[in-house]
Amino acid sequence: MIELSHIRKAFGRLPVLNDVSLTLCRGQSIALIGPNGSGKTTIIKCLLGMVTPDSGTIRFGGEDIQGGWAHRADMGYMPQTGRYPDNMTIAQVFDMMKDIRKDEDGTIDEQLYYSFRLDQISDKRMRTLSGGTRQKVSASLAFLFEPSVLILDEPTAGLDPVSTGILKQKIHAAREEGRLILITSHILAELDDMVSEVVYLQEGTVKFHKSLTRLQADTGEQKLVRAIAQYMQNDGSHG
Amino acid sequence: MGKIVKYVLLDILRNKIVLSYAALLLAISLTVLGLEDNEAKALLSLLNIVLIVLPLVSVIFSTVYYYNSVEFIELLVCQPLKRIRILLSLYCGLAVSLLIAFWIGVGVPVLCFLHNGTGILLLVTGSALTLIFSALAVLGSVVMRDKARGIGLAILLWFYFSVLYDALVLFLLFQFSDYPLERPAIVLGCLNPIDLSRILLLLQVDNSAMMGYTGAVFRSFFGSGGGALVALAVLVLWTALPLWAALRKFNRKDL
Repeated sequence: MIELSHIRKAFGRLPVLNDVSLTLCRGQSIALIGPNGSGKTTIIKCLLGMVTPDSGTIRFGGEDIQGGWAHRADMGYMPQTGRYPDNMTIAQVFDMMKDIRKDEDGTIDEQLYYSFRLDQISDKRMRTLSGGTRQKVSASLAFLFEPSVLILDEPTAGLDPVSTGILKQKIHAAREEGRLILITSHILAELDDMVSEVVYLQEGTVKFHKSLTRLQADTGEQKLVRAIAQYMQNDGSHG
Repeated sequence: MGKIVKYVLLDILRNKIVLSYAALLLAISLTVLGLEDNEAKALLSLLNIVLIVLPLVSVIFSTVYYYNSVEFIELLVCQPLKRIRILLSLYCGLAVSLLIAFWIGVGVPVLCFLHNGTGILLLVTGSALTLIFSALAVLGSVVMRDKARGIGLAILLWFYFSVLYDALVLFLLFQFSDYPLERPAIVLGCLNPIDLSRILLLLQVDNSAMMGYTGAVFRSFFGSGGGALVALAVLVLWTALPLWAALRKFNRKDL
């Protein structure tokens, strides 16, 4: 469904992505993991068209997304740190998004909005919100238009355990419905029951792209944390 | 497109700065027009204030507003919207709100007190300057990622067009005073929208005699119908070119 081929990107002289090629299919739930600065967020921003790759192509459902914008209707994005207009209230942000995308036909999914109890604090201004509450707003917005692709950048960072549970359930449900889910996270332990594929990035190159079961078989470890640790050790010893 | 403009407009109008700008202009216009009996003199005083204050407020306010809307832009960029549409909506919201303030602050008093074509011309050039300097501000803000540098550039732009440019032109005219400079002077006038507005208005109030022989050349060029059209076209270009460059740059910008 999404095909990245030979993506290169440098910010100034600093190369961030080095010839990244990936194929992501509908119904998969993919963990994008790697150390800080390995290019995870940049890949996501390329998919969304927020960053233009220096070379390479990205195809979404067969069409090149370079310079396009319509494909974003099928993408729900939850940023690492959501930034919103300070003076707007929660309700105004949601109303504005719905208003701007009113002419698209499609249902609206407000389940997260209510399960996070955002309706009870809907008249609070965005600048007064805590980091966790902002994350809740971001998550609710990502799922709002029932997109077929969900891109979640560090979705549970800053969320309390109860909210993390709610979000995980929602991600599970989305996976059952056959949507494509792309998650980055440093908390590997919680990815175990959410993902079916693992992409490991290092210094802007894809080190491996395997299904979770395959990775478990290869490393002989059940838990993702240990499997990755094992891989990194082996990789290190090989030079 | 209208929807985003609506949200930008609502946000700006909730902001007290544009309201106080309108009030300031209104106070200035009423004082000048009320105190001066001679219409031409009143208009000249008003002109000098408008030519200083208008570009300054337009360029600084637009720049600061752009940087304060970075979050809003980021939010919209991940939505299925054309980038051009997002930036253009932001510009329209800015331009419309500044124009509203200008028309309340200067337009209403001028239309009440001055019943001649010169007043209308002042309003037209004032509106053009508002559009031009908010377009320049948007261009500067898109190019500069850093807020402090962006605001610095905005102040520099204003300083250049209001003060430095005239000094440079004077310097050139003195250096080459042995040559006929009337035609180059017309070109030099077109290269600065503030100067162009000033020339157009001074010609209307018959003070061109004070500008000597160059004034006569200006008069024969800009005073004619064709010249006025050229001047208008130049003002439109001054809005369109920076805006076009900003849209082009924004379309490829990494956010």
